[in-house]
Amino acid sequence: MRREPLINAAILAVLLAVPLWAWWTDEPFTITLATRVVILALAGVGLNLALGLGGMVSFGHAMFFGIGGYAMGILASQAQDYEPLMEWPILIEGTKSMPVIWLTAIVFSALGALAVGALSLRTTGVYFIMITLAFGQMFYYFAISWPAYGGEDGLSIYVRNEFPGLNTLDPIQFFALCFAILLAVLFFMSRLAKSAFGLALVAARQNQERVQTVGIGVYRLRLAAFTISGAITGLAGALFADLNRFVSPTMFSWQTSGEIMVFVILGGVGRLYGPVAGAALFIVLENVLGGLSEYWHIYLGALLLGVVLFARGGLIGLLAGREVAHD
Amino acid sequence: MSILLFIEQVLNGLQFGVMLFLMAAGLTLIFGVMGLINLAHGSLYMVGAFAAAAVAGATGSFLLGLAASLVAAAAAGAIVEVAMIRRLYDKDHLDQVLATFALILIFSEGTRWVFGSFPLYLDVPSWLAGPVTLPGGIQYPAYRLAIIGIGLAVAAGLFALIRWTRIGIRIRAGEADREMIGALGVNISALYTIVFALGAALAGFAGALVGAIQSVQVGMGEPVLILAFVVIVIGGIGSIKGALVGSILVGLTDTLGRFLLPVAFGAFLDPSSATTIGSALASMSIYILMAVILLIRPTGLYGSD
Repeated sequence: MRREPLINAAILAVLLAVPLWAWWTDEPFTITLATRVVILALAGVGLNLALGLGGMVSFGHAMFFGIGGYAMGILASQAQDYEPLMEWPILIEGTKSMPVIWLTAIVFSALGALAVGALSLRTTGVYFIMITLAFGQMFYYFAISWPAYGGEDGLSIYVRNEFPGLNTLDPIQFFALCFAILLAVLFFMSRLAKSAFGLALVAARQNQERVQTVGIGVYRLRLAAFTISGAITGLAGALFADLNRFVSPTMFSWQTSGEIMVFVILGGVGRLYGPVAGAALFIVLENVLGGLSEYWHIYLGALLLGVVLFARGGLIGLLAGREVAHD
Repeated sequence: MSILLFIEQVLNGLQFGVMLFLMAAGLTLIFGVMGLINLAHGSLYMVGAFAAAAVAGATGSFLLGLAASLVAAAAAGAIVEVAMIRRLYDKDHLDQVLATFALILIFSEGTRWVFGSFPLYLDVPSWLAGPVTLPGGIQYPAYRLAIIGIGLAVAAGLFALIRWTRIGIRIRAGEADREMIGALGVNISALYTIVFALGAALAGFAGALVGAIQSVQVGMGEPVLILAFVVIVIGGIGSIKGALVGSILVGLTDTLGRFLLPVAFGAFLDPSSATTIGSALASMSIYILMAVILLIRPTGLYGSD
């Protein structure tokens, strides 16, 4: 019996059990932490499509995270001020409805990923890393210097947005909503990885020339994957903004890109549940080590070095062994 | 808009570009010779600035501070190279990015632990504090002019080093074919350590020079690092000449964009929205420049495939 599916099931079970237990014992802070794990895992799942399956080392995924966040921030702030977003040529009003916000976040982060991907994918290797990093930084400085939506100070949303039939202000209900989205996206990703598209993407990472020789356009394939990847991370950004009821340019910063990448690596590159395990481990470390020392990033850095130098498969790779290694 | 103000901005852009060159040159050398993408280069910049601020604060001598920045950054670079970086040369770029990202975390928190979260200040030496009058009656800070001079001198020295010295020949040979020069009996791991320490010293020196204009604080290196990435993407990875041209281009575009764009929009918009749109666009200008150059030449101005 392969161990990875068991480990995946265990991860999900723990991720579900912890907030339920916290709900039972009335500890809303733990529920919020679990919600953070779920949302950050979703952002990592998005990056994992580009990074793990496609081999595109994007150091700029914070830009999609931020676009999603600002999609929520802008729509909700216009709605809370009762000011339409645009009156001409068509009337567009702000909204507090989560499904509309999610759709907007997905569409705009996909468009952003399409544009940035179309430029960046003309290059490969180190160029790609540096260019995605630079474009991410471009969005960051734009968000800082554009004063209409808070500029450097960010935007606060006073009440969490609404989802039909749920009270989203109740931590456990918001957690359930995010968890359901994560499950849906994980299911979508598992199908995508097994589809002709996913197989071609993996093949293109392993041997670009061969894939090209059999008549598959690698550039378009990668661009499509990058766009979907950006859209998923954008959705996570909208949820993250809703969790904090606050958006700021920090969501666009290179540290955010680095952290999303750390989730993927800590968990295991290219593994479906890698980002989930990685995000959970990151949040646990943040709270355990952060409680021990103000300088917990030193330990995080040392741990990360250890993973890179000695445990390539990340947490899941360590637990599952090399039976389904992707290299 | 007066022409004097314009010339002053051009000089500011040059000064910025020259500082970027010191960063970008090290990055591009390290990539060219060892094939390593080093995110922690910004941390070495920070190490240089902190060493300069600490030594100049203790001794009162700016020049000793500058010397300390060179020594501290080169030493930090050499130690990190021997202890960790050399394990990364034959790993893929993803591993290099992560490991050097981890180094940033360790360097930043370590520095915060030693020096605290408050910024340090490095004073411009008194003999460079005032303005100088340039031909045409332009008043320009002597220190910034000195930075331009020092930066250009370092650039010239670097070109001479690579062009005419034995170590430079080895560096160029290393860029052309790593395995071959190892086979020819050059101590390749010593060469790697030297190149890394040289790049680190350049970064630390830049950090110390800039530290006297801005405050010296944790995290000061990363924005410069990302700009240096833009520079080498524009110039072509591995090319020192590309790094020089790219730095000057980026420095001038950024400085002049911030100065000219609000003025340009002011011609047909009211002042407040002209400033808003102009400065927002200016903050994106170098990235737009990078995108345009990538469209024309995907491997940069002087890059090869």
